[in-house]
Amino acid sequence: MINPEMQLVDDLWKVEMKSMRDGYGEAVLESGGKDKDVVVLVADLAESTRVKEFGEKHPERFVELGIAEQNMMGVAAGMALSGKVPIVNSFACFSPGRNFDQLRASVCLSNANVKIVGGHAGVGNGEDGANQQMFEDIGVVRSLPNLIVVAPADYEQVKKVVPAMLEHEGPVYMRMTAPKRPVVTTKMTPFSLGKAQTLRKGADVGVVASGVMVYEALMAAEELEGKIGVEVINVHTIKPLDEDEVVRVAQKCKRMVVAEEHQVMGGLGSAVAEALVKEGVGAKVKFVGMQGVFGESGKPEEILNKYGMNRQAIIKAIREFR
Amino acid sequence: MEYTVAELQQKADEIRETVVKMLVNVGSGHTGGSLGSADFWTALYLGNIVRVNPSDPWNEDRDRVVLSAGHYCPAQYVVLAEVGFFPKEELFTLREIGSRLQGHPVVRCVPGIENTSGPLGQGISQAVGMAMAARMDGKNWRVICFMGDGEQQEGQVWEAYMMAAKNKLSNLTIVIDRNNMQIDGHTEEVMPLEPLRSKLEAFGLCVAEVDGHNVEEIIDAMNRAKTVFEVPTVIILHTIPGKGVDFMENKVEWHGKAPSLGEAVEALMELDNKND
Repeated sequence: MINPEMQLVDDLWKVEMKSMRDGYGEAVLESGGKDKDVVVLVADLAESTRVKEFGEKHPERFVELGIAEQNMMGVAAGMALSGKVPIVNSFACFSPGRNFDQLRASVCLSNANVKIVGGHAGVGNGEDGANQQMFEDIGVVRSLPNLIVVAPADYEQVKKVVPAMLEHEGPVYMRMTAPKRPVVTTKMTPFSLGKAQTLRKGADVGVVASGVMVYEALMAAEELEGKIGVEVINVHTIKPLDEDEVVRVAQKCKRMVVAEEHQVMGGLGSAVAEALVKEGVGAKVKFVGMQGVFGESGKPEEILNKYGMNRQAIIKAIREFR
Repeated sequence: MEYTVAELQQKADEIRETVVKMLVNVGSGHTGGSLGSADFWTALYLGNIVRVNPSDPWNEDRDRVVLSAGHYCPAQYVVLAEVGFFPKEELFTLREIGSRLQGHPVVRCVPGIENTSGPLGQGISQAVGMAMAARMDGKNWRVICFMGDGEQQEGQVWEAYMMAAKNKLSNLTIVIDRNNMQIDGHTEEVMPLEPLRSKLEAFGLCVAEVDGHNVEEIIDAMNRAKTVFEVPTVIILHTIPGKGVDFMENKVEWHGKAPSLGEAVEALMELDNKND
């Protein structure tokens, strides 16, 4: 049963296909445009990260650094320490992939007010292949003190994360995937950083998902309707984790599936497992995601299917409980 | 307070003495660079080069001193305490549990510390970011970034130089302590930096070279940097690591270690004689 409070789209089978980065481009123009302290930094990926238009409208607050992600993160830290609200834009495989040390020491240890947006996370654009994909970013950054980690579910949710992260005082990492994917939340869907969302209620199995796996989890639940009651939780904020919500679902369902476009090690699945162990909640958990391997070239859909990050994989995991 | 050049040179030796006492007290830390750069830190803060006010340490219009090579922090801590940013007694808590003075500094740990530093190459990028922010806000405060020479081996440094030159950050003065020494040995043996000056000039930076133990030369070069427009200035300080203590000078083993009690006594006697 879809939770009406979440005001999702009317029909899960008739959803618009939009990319997160398009939502980001619009949101950064809207929120970042208004706030004169916001500075957009980019390392030779202005078009792909959808900040080009911001640069055209606000050239005085747009900084092109060339292909130099380490410097970009450090420059952002220096700007933040001087009162700016810099947004570091690149692909997740380069930022935080390449500049983790700068993120750690220049940004997080200083608690500098830097926002990091990692695009093309997960399968990336698919065809570019394994090294341009990023299934490890959350695992890497989740251990950093002071850093908030967000993985929005879709285009609409990205548009809500952007003003929230700009308003938050301190470093925030937001990861986005590249391809056009179903838009399941709406303008009316509530959002608050750190608060997980019960999108669908069900008594038998709880599916905790982030990013594009949220829609897949909802569709899996629909397919199992009448056979297995599936509760679907969207954990857009992976750190700090909404532990109360995770524990509540675990206590209610006792059986859980975590689904993410990320390695099963270190990401949302690990965060959920940590919360459950800490609270001593006896639930069985299955992990849907990259199973400790790298990807390969292919269409995004083909990669997600081949490596088991789709609704069928979630359904299979749920069925295995029986 | 105004000091004469002779008084500043003497102050630098007093700062060396305090550094030795701090390091022997805790039993670890980088002796060579702190002793070698004492003249610079003295010139910077006591020679009225940097516009900062210990009683209003975070004033928006202050100059920013960015330490990129964090292991030099004992010397900077001493000078900051000397001009009144924090109590001198606190210097002897260096590297101790619960102290504000960590072995590598963390931003705002004490007034006057503008950035977190340790992983080499990171301070220069932050300095560039600060200089960019000042430009955006139409402010005329300056950024002074202090770096080690071994640090120039980090790729990030050259990314930052390209950006500083591209943006004509003449409000940025970069100071490189050219003491030819890094942990594993002489820079030219570990990974040659020369021709350093030509490399920096090729990157679009204005370069000056001074005797890093001559306070007057340092002050002169720092002031001249303020008159260079369109490009950032680099001042290469030619220094002797371990300067002031005969058995430490130019000895690579003194890059990263603290003196024993006996060695400290010997060093202090030598420094004290210089002050008399």
